[in-house]
Amino acid sequence: MYLKEQPLDVAALLAGVRHSDGGVCVFLGVVRNENAGRPTEKIEYQAYGAMAESEIGRIAAGLAREWPDTQVAIRHRVGELSVGEVAVAIVASAPHRAEAFAACRAAIDRIKATVPIWKREFHPDGTTEWLDPSAATPSRSPTAPLPR
Amino acid sequence: MSVRVLYFASFRDVSGRQEEERPIPPGARVADLWRELVAEMPGLAASLTGSMPPAAVNAEYTGPETPLRDGDEVTFLPPVAGG
Repeated sequence: MYLKEQPLDVAALLAGVRHSDGGVCVFLGVVRNENAGRPTEKIEYQAYGAMAESEIGRIAAGLAREWPDTQVAIRHRVGELSVGEVAVAIVASAPHRAEAFAACRAAIDRIKATVPIWKREFHPDGTTEWLDPSAATPSRSPTAPLPR
Repeated sequence: MSVRVLYFASFRDVSGRQEEERPIPPGARVADLWRELVAEMPGLAASLTGSMPPAAVNAEYTGPETPLRDGDEVTFLPPVAGG
């Protein structure tokens, strides 16, 4: 399972990849305290669970084809996260650093592009918004009631 | 014939529901269902740039012309923001 409701254990993820390799690259996506100039109190990640699992699986399979000597581990949080918490963790282990960096970078870029996970920012003034990375500035419209 | 429609993120806020069963006419395609939903809930198309957001049938991305079958699980995806 790539999606986790509990804090991500980066040490365990690191321990899960090969240690005989020459280069291990770690990417951690962390909840920021602001976005586009607005302070953020916390973040909610919502996922279409079944599809997110299969999409990340598809991405992992693609990475394994493109970088056959590289081992990649991926975990993504769902639920409510505080500022500073790790939202996504990627570990890529390869015989040389170039492949480790490349596979790690490709993993996070592809996850952001297609995996059905959504991010809602909560602001100190009580407003919330679903982030739209495709928009130049975040959409401010759906800023009202919290879900049932 | 009916399909199950799942709503996420801003679409869940607009529709006020997480999922629903919807009767569909035989031969209906993904784009037909989207048009029907928008006619009922114009807010779904509020921040849309193209004619239809990405869609998934049974948890797989698919195109607007995909025919729907009885019991399909259909989702229209607001802009994803993982990572």
